[in-house]
Amino acid sequence: MIPGIGTLTQDTLWCFSQVKGTIEIGTTEADIISTVEFNHTGELLATGDKGGRVVIFQREQESKNQVHRRGEYNVYSTFQSHEPEFDYLKSLEIEEKINKIRWLPQQNAAYFLLSTNDKTVKLWKVSERDKRPEGYNLKDEEGRLRDPATITTLRVPVLRPMDLMVEATPRRVFANAHTYHINSISVNSDYETYMSADDLRINLWNFEITNQSFNIVDIKPANMEELTEVITAAEFHPHHCNTFVYSSSKGTIRLCDMRASALCDRHTKFFEEPEDPSNRSFFSEIISSISDVKFSHSGRYIMTRDYLTVKVWDLNMENRPIETYQVHDYLRSKLCSLYENDCIFDKFECVWNGSDSVIMTGSYNNFFRMFDRNTKRDVTLEASRENSKPRAILKPRKVCVGGKRRKDEISVDSLDFSKKILHTAWHPSENIIAVAATNNLYIFQDKVN
Amino acid sequence: MFARGLKRKCVGHEEDVEGALAGLKTVSSYSLQRQSLLDMSLVKLQLCHMLVEPNLCRSVLIANTVRQIQEEMTQDGTWRAVAPQAAGRAPLDRLVSTEILCRAAWEQEGAHPAPGLGNGHTQGPVSDLCPVTSAQAPRHPQSSVWEMDGPRENRGSFHKSLDQIFETLETKNPSCMEELFSDVDSPYYDLDTVLTGMMAAARPGPCEGLAGLAAATPGPSSSCKSDLGELDHVVEILVET
Repeated sequence: MIPGIGTLTQDTLWCFSQVKGTIEIGTTEADIISTVEFNHTGELLATGDKGGRVVIFQREQESKNQVHRRGEYNVYSTFQSHEPEFDYLKSLEIEEKINKIRWLPQQNAAYFLLSTNDKTVKLWKVSERDKRPEGYNLKDEEGRLRDPATITTLRVPVLRPMDLMVEATPRRVFANAHTYHINSISVNSDYETYMSADDLRINLWNFEITNQSFNIVDIKPANMEELTEVITAAEFHPHHCNTFVYSSSKGTIRLCDMRASALCDRHTKFFEEPEDPSNRSFFSEIISSISDVKFSHSGRYIMTRDYLTVKVWDLNMENRPIETYQVHDYLRSKLCSLYENDCIFDKFECVWNGSDSVIMTGSYNNFFRMFDRNTKRDVTLEASRENSKPRAILKPRKVCVGGKRRKDEISVDSLDFSKKILHTAWHPSENIIAVAATNNLYIFQDKVN
Repeated sequence: MFARGLKRKCVGHEEDVEGALAGLKTVSSYSLQRQSLLDMSLVKLQLCHMLVEPNLCRSVLIANTVRQIQEEMTQDGTWRAVAPQAAGRAPLDRLVSTEILCRAAWEQEGAHPAPGLGNGHTQGPVSDLCPVTSAQAPRHPQSSVWEMDGPRENRGSFHKSLDQIFETLETKNPSCMEELFSDVDSPYYDLDTVLTGMMAAARPGPCEGLAGLAAATPGPSSSCKSDLGELDHVVEILVET
C-alpha cells in the first residue's frame, strides 16, 4: 500500500502529531478558530479566528535524523487581518471573525491569501525578509539623517544577512460590495479572478481592481417578504474558469456557466434529491440546508454537507447524489432539542483528501468522521487532549444508540454539543489533517511504518 | 423530548374538541408538540429581531418552519378548533400576524412599511395588538430581557434565555385548554410591540390598527429639528469631517 495518499483500509492508522492553542478551560471567545486551510503545496497551514487574527504555520523541513517526525508545523506568521467595525447607517456591529481563508497558488517567493469577514475581503501578502541593506550614504546606521556637509565619500549599500523576518501586508481591500454576510470566497482557476458569496448575492472580482465587482448571482426577491431561500456556500470549478456552483438553504445546488450570461440567475444544472416522504418532519427543511459544498480535486464530483449527512454528487447526474454518508444519524430523534438549543443551525464543513478517495467532516463531542469512498469503511475519531501523546494512535470512537452500552462507547445523551468540529482541512497530497476544536488546532498524521 | 420527527398522526376524537374543558385530554400530544414548536419558533424569530446582526439563513429557516406549521394547522382545521374562546377570530388573522413576524427580520433593511397588513382585517387580534405608541418601543430593540451578550452561535447563554422566556410565557399549569392557548397570545403581544415600534420609528405616528399605516406627516418643529440633527451627524461621519 502506498503510504500517504490512499485508501482508508484497516492499515491506515491516524496518530496525534501536534496541538496548537491553550489548554485553559475558560476559552476566550476571540481564540475560537473559525477557518482552517492548507495552501496548495501543504507547506503552509492557515487558521483564522473569531478575533480577526490569522495564524500561519509552516511545515519544517524533514530532518534525516528524525525520521519519525514527518515535518512538524510551527508558527510562521501571525497578523491581525480584520478589526471590528461599526456600520453607522444601520447601527450594526460588523464582526471581525474570519469566515474563510483561501490561498492563491504561489507564483513567486511571496505567499498570497484571501481572508474575509462578514463584509470585507482582503488580499494579504506574506513574504520573508532575510537580508537588509547596510551602508547608506545619507543615513547613519540608526536611520538618522546625516548632515550632507559631513559626507566626504560615497559607498554602495550592500545587502547583509539578518534574522529571518516574516511580514504580512494587506495588498488589496475589497470592501462595500456585500449587503449581507459573506459566507464563501473562492479563487478562480484563472488566478486572476475570485468570487465572494453572501446570503443573497455572489460577486466576481478581479484581484487588481478593488473598487468594482461584477454581480453574477442575485437571488434577492423584489419583495423581501417572499424570501424563503438563501445562498449558503459557493465554489469555482477547479479547472473550468467559467463554471461555479452554489448551494442553498433548501438543500439544492446550482451549477452556473458564466459564458451563458452576465447574470447567472438561471442555472445550467440543478441538483436536488427528491425528499424521502417517510422521513418528513417540520425539521426536514432545516436539516436539508447545505452548510458546505466542495468540488473534488478532479472536478468531476461535488460534495455537500447538510446537518446529518455528507453527499457526493456526479456533475453529470442532477436528480440524486451518487453517494450518501450518515455522519450522526443518531441525532435524528433529537432534532427538536437541537432546534431548541440552536445546534441544528451549526454549519459543518467537509473536505476531500488529495486523491478524492476519502472524505472527512466534523461532528459533536469533538468527534470527526472519515468515509472511504472505495471500501465504504468509515471511522470516527476524537480530537482531545487525552489522546495527545506524540504519535499516539487514535482509537476509533463509537456512539451507542440505544440498548446496552459497551465499555468504550459513549451514549448519545452524553455527547457534549458545545464541542463541535466545524472546520477541518486535509493536506493536498499527504495524509495529514488539521482539525479545529474550538480554540485548539489538532494536527494528525497517518502512522509511518 | 419529542417523538421522532413529529410526523402527522391520526387524531382521534376530534369531534370532542368542541367541549372546551374536556379538550385537553382529547387534543393529541402531536398537536401540543406542534403548538409548542410553533411557540418556540416565534420566540426564536423575536430574538432574531433583537439581535444586532440577525443571521439571515437562520431567520429564513425558522420562518419557513413557522409557515409549515401554520399551513398544516390550517389544513387540519385545528387552527380554528383549538381556540374556542376566540370564535370571532378568523384563522387568517393569525396568519397575518405571523406574516408580520416573518417579514420584519429582513424588511428592516428595506425600511418600507408592510403593504400586506392592509389586506387583513381591521378587527380581531391585530387591532388588539397595536396599542403601542411609537415612544414605547426603542428604535433598535435591545431591551435587557432579550439582550444576549453571548456568542452568536447560541449555546449555553441562549438556552438559558430561552428558558427564561418560556417561564414568562407559561404563567401557570394549563388546567384547561383556554388557558393553554391564551398563553400563545403573549408572544404576539411582545412581538408586535417590537415590530410596531420598529415600523413606527420609520413612520412616526400612532398605529391605528391596519388603517394607520399610511405614511405619517412630519410632526411639530421640535421633532423635525432632532431628525435633522441626526442626519447631520450621519453626513459628518460619511464625509469624515
